[in-house]
Amino acid sequence: MIRFEHVNKRYPARGEALKDLSFELAAGEMAFLTGHSGAGKSTLLKLIGLLERPSRGQIIVDGRSLADLPRRRIPYHRRRIGMIFQDHQLLRDRSVYDNVALPLAVTGMPSREIGRRVRAALDQVGLLAFERAQPVSLSGGEQQRVGIARAIVGRPPIILADEPTGNLDPELASEIYDLFERFHEVGVTLMIATHDQERISRMAYRILRLHQGRLIADSRNW
Amino acid sequence: MGTRQAGSSGRHPRRLATWAEQHREIAVDSLRQMLQQPLGALMTVAAVAIALALPTALVVALDNVKRLGGDWQRSAAISVFLEADLDETEGAQLSQRLRQLPEVERIELISRTAGLAEFRQYSGLGAALDQLSQNPLPVVLELHLKPAILEPVRLTPFIDQLETMPEVDFLREDAQWAQRFQAMLALLHTGVALLGLLLGLGALLVIGNSIRLEIENRRDEIRIMGLVGATARFARRRFLYTGAWYGLFGGMVAGLIVTLMVWLLSAQVSAVAILYDHDFHIQGLDFAATSLLLIGSTLLGIIGSRIAVGRHLDLCDER
Repeated sequence: MIRFEHVNKRYPARGEALKDLSFELAAGEMAFLTGHSGAGKSTLLKLIGLLERPSRGQIIVDGRSLADLPRRRIPYHRRRIGMIFQDHQLLRDRSVYDNVALPLAVTGMPSREIGRRVRAALDQVGLLAFERAQPVSLSGGEQQRVGIARAIVGRPPIILADEPTGNLDPELASEIYDLFERFHEVGVTLMIATHDQERISRMAYRILRLHQGRLIADSRNW
Repeated sequence: MGTRQAGSSGRHPRRLATWAEQHREIAVDSLRQMLQQPLGALMTVAAVAIALALPTALVVALDNVKRLGGDWQRSAAISVFLEADLDETEGAQLSQRLRQLPEVERIELISRTAGLAEFRQYSGLGAALDQLSQNPLPVVLELHLKPAILEPVRLTPFIDQLETMPEVDFLREDAQWAQRFQAMLALLHTGVALLGLLLGLGALLVIGNSIRLEIENRRDEIRIMGLVGATARFARRRFLYTGAWYGLFGGMVAGLIVTLMVWLLSAQVSAVAILYDHDFHIQGLDFAATSLLLIGSTLLGIIGSRIAVGRHLDLCDER
């Protein structure tokens, strides 16, 4: 589903963020991406969502090389990837409903269809009662769940999460990981960046460990 | 795969309805957001209105002058005063001959009695004229010329030709005056057009700048829209609507300003016209002019916005 072939990413100011990175994630696979901050986790996820382009190497998503994707096709690529961020990236002046509806609204879907899907997504994350609320009135965990509802509302085959539980207490974090496992069960490909070592060591999934831009371990807990 | 190209197609009425509904939603939404910051919006609308009101007022003024001139131009002609010993019959014969000339559109013969009656009416010398034993006025032919002849190169030889005729005592030309008036109007028209262009450009920049600020304020929203897969076209749309609203409201206020000016001036203009024995009423913006103003200002808003959006909208694209 996601394949990196000798990918390098160099920033003019910071130097090389990723060095000769190669790995493959099968369709429906769930993997953790770990390493110290600055190890290149966020950069890796950004490359998949085409928020950045690699300096060298090939990235293939869903059988298509991203290098061949023209700029105007990027929005359609992003619609097939649900992205979840540590700082939620919600619109503060819009309701929970509007935030979750955004990925559908930009595709030109009729609003009745949008309503159905948004409620289904909010139901999945347990926030159906909050659709009229403003994100700022919600707790951190609730806001993160709004972000997750937004990521899944378009039913993308791939979900990327960048430190999704970084600011949450362990109990709330567990709820979030339960959600991810549920998506995994229905066949979504997930890649979750986290430095929560303890948690991922307790879960039986693949772990990609980055160190200073290099992939230093690709292991599996059984 | 699941990628859907957003495109409009008349073959799918439901899709078209969805598209229209989306546009309506965005139009209303952009208006609502504009009203959330009423002071900023008001400043922009006022600046656009003032920039548009000036050329609009000048166009209205020029139209009125033209209308006034049109009244005069109908009488713009060459008055040919015949020799005093010629009577109406001979005048009519000459008139027949002159009518054959290619420059002449029509000829009006003013008989000596008619001339005297007219003179009596306008001179206010009624009683004194009654003392005259005979009518001292000559027969006058009023030659109305074809508009093409109003160019000096053709007019001058024609007048020379008339003056050498034995029946003609002297000429009085109104045509030359009309000609100068025409040229002056054309000049003013060009001036107003240039001024309008300049001020229209000013309005465009004002709107463009407001949109730029708006984009700056909504940078997060635009970035997030980009993250969830909005196309540039979709992200732009809201700002184009905002620009259109600025233009439309600016045009409306400009129209109101000009209408108010016309209303304030109309009584005075009519009073002055009466002093000149003229029944003239100043005319404001009619339906066509108003429509043109509003359509033009709306387009100006869209173009101004499009320029700003093209330069400043960044959809979190890859670097």
